Amino acid sequence: MKKDIILCGVGGQGILSIATIIGEAATAAGLNLKQAEVHGMSQRGGDVQSNLRLSTDIIYSDLIPMGEADVIISMEPMEALRYLPYLSKDGAVVTSSQSFVNIPNYPESSAIDAELAKLPKVAKLDIEQIAKEVATVRSANVVLLGMAAPYIGILSTDELRCAVARVFQRKGDAIVEANLKAFDAGVAAVG
Amino acid sequence: MKRLLLGDEAIALGALHAGLSGVYAYPGTPSTEITEFIQGDKLARERNVHSRWCTNEKTAMEAALGMSYAGKRALVCMKHVGMNVCADAFVNSAITGCNGGLIVLAADDPSMHSSQNEQDSRFYGKFAMIPVFEPSNQQEAYDMVEEAFALSERLKEPVLMRVVTRLAHSRAAVEVHEPKAEKELSPETDRTHWVLLPGNAKRQYAALIEKQPIIAEAAAESEFNRLELCEDEPENKTGVICCGIGYNYVKEAVGDTMNVLKVSQYPLPEKDIVALAAVSENLLVVEDGQPVVEELVRGMLGADYPVYGRLTGALPRAGELNPDNVAKALGVESNKVYDPSPVLAGRPPQFCQGCGHRDVYNAIREVVAEFGDKARVFGDIGCYTLGALPPFTAIDSCVDMGASITMAKGAADAGVHPSIAIIGDSTFTHSGMTGLLDAVNDHSNIVVVISDNLTTGMTGGQDSAGTSKYEAICVALGVDPAHVRVIVPQPTKVEEIKALIREEIAYPDVSVIIPRRECIQTLARHARQKAAAPKQ
Repeated sequence: MKKDIILCGVGGQGILSIATIIGEAATAAGLNLKQAEVHGMSQRGGDVQSNLRLSTDIIYSDLIPMGEADVIISMEPMEALRYLPYLSKDGAVVTSSQSFVNIPNYPESSAIDAELAKLPKVAKLDIEQIAKEVATVRSANVVLLGMAAPYIGILSTDELRCAVARVFQRKGDAIVEANLKAFDAGVAAVG
Repeated sequence: MKRLLLGDEAIALGALHAGLSGVYAYPGTPSTEITEFIQGDKLARERNVHSRWCTNEKTAMEAALGMSYAGKRALVCMKHVGMNVCADAFVNSAITGCNGGLIVLAADDPSMHSSQNEQDSRFYGKFAMIPVFEPSNQQEAYDMVEEAFALSERLKEPVLMRVVTRLAHSRAAVEVHEPKAEKELSPETDRTHWVLLPGNAKRQYAALIEKQPIIAEAAAESEFNRLELCEDEPENKTGVICCGIGYNYVKEAVGDTMNVLKVSQYPLPEKDIVALAAVSENLLVVEDGQPVVEELVRGMLGADYPVYGRLTGALPRAGELNPDNVAKALGVESNKVYDPSPVLAGRPPQFCQGCGHRDVYNAIREVVAEFGDKARVFGDIGCYTLGALPPFTAIDSCVDMGASITMAKGAADAGVHPSIAIIGDSTFTHSGMTGLLDAVNDHSNIVVVISDNLTTGMTGGQDSAGTSKYEAICVALGVDPAHVRVIVPQPTKVEEIKALIREEIAYPDVSVIIPRRECIQTLARHARQKAAAPKQ
């Protein structure tokens, strides 16, 4: 069994923290993992992505071939569209609904929504609002991870939840608690 | 024990566990994380392994050679273009040879994710006539470092290790072993190897030529090179030579259904290539970077044997390998379903909100406009290269580390006025100081702006070699102290900066303006570290 996940967003939105949590869960579960990251110039407000591959078998390529991503997890709706050629036929898109506009030619939100509506499986929510309600806005990426949990499949929701706790452990109990609430809210929002 | 490591981190840990005594480097994507890992490692701290950043790749290479001379294992790391900076020391280190194991690590950046060219460091290995290692995955990177040190010590020659961005910046679990002890201090005693007067150099070069068959034999017998022939006759009569991470994309696409030669150590294992050619009708060379191997294989097999690769268009001539272009070259159909969305807009990187470079460019842009189309601004390598993009569109060139000052000087020599250079603090100490001395000696009519954010920003905020020394350096190089001007770049001071630039343009000799304010990324990091530190 294997799952190919594309994490994407804008530099600084915290996609590498999501990758760290999934990576922690996968390592604990004894899965093989490869995670290609973007470092360098793009991290300055440009588009960023991470290819995350989880499998019970050997994984060769660090990059996901086109048409094979099971899930696209995006911190930003237009960024989700950037990786559509990588999405598999039945693949899911889990994305924040809130645009991050730092370019003059950002498309109309309605055009982005129309593109997303053409896809078979889309979960799209205002993760910042949810995060604000249950914890702090800084946990928005963990809300998104909660929303993606049912689509990740190769790891159970509980395995991911435990990984959230372990990753934030050194930041103290209050931060762990906030992120667990954010994760649970994300799971509940799509459940 | 297994650890989840970036390719860069696997190299760093492999080196530490092989008994490394010092890493020498200048930050450069995608190589930076090697040195950063060693700086943060507990064992490295306990052993006092040298890991402080160097001023540039040449000083790094020479210091590493010095540590090797003293009998200890040393690693020097850089991005591919850093090889150009240290080339003099690098090539001559193959003539002197080494004492303690010496690995030169070059991280290439095909597709130019964060670079100005796609040069392939394997050429440098061949040029210097030394072994080259090219790991295919994180585990191999870890294991290979120890083998590379051992081979370096056996041959008494430095070895080159080449990685590419996709391995440097990808994580996987790596099985690690117990660390070995460092080498004892045992400085070289034979001066004739090390004093490269022509008489000695000729002998040393002859010795290097004599070592070539041994170097080739080491690659031929390397555990990292492997001819993988199918048990049954494969349907596809193409044999595939896979270099470095090219192997992964080939395996991803065709599994075990084709005859494959995996290459991770050079010179090329000629016997294996001839054997693969003998059981194939043609060969496909899958290598990241430039067609180094493709050309060599054509030479080995002769003009009649069909060899495909980047030169023939089977793979793209430029840009990195990926699972899609490799699958296509192998005739494997893509599973792609969705086309790129038509509503998508590009999102290039940009200056952070609150970055001091913004204020500097706002001032420069407005002053330059006052001179019609006469003024030119020569840029350099760093975050501030983003000043080339809208809304600033404020620089006219960006070529290599330090070229802002020297190009501004040359253009001023030719009659361009105003001729302005903009360079970052770290780039200035890397390669700008010597150019400034040329300009001073020539009384060049230029304005040099050293945009000082107190760090090496582009690569993530590493220490900058000249912090707190810039005025002193400029004055010592001969710039008139009255024309070394320091200012704080902030939005409220743009008019003041503009006035300064106008004044210094009017001064008909070298002037230096230093806008100085900490990078807001490192400022935020320092604030977080302070908040997390235990209260006194």
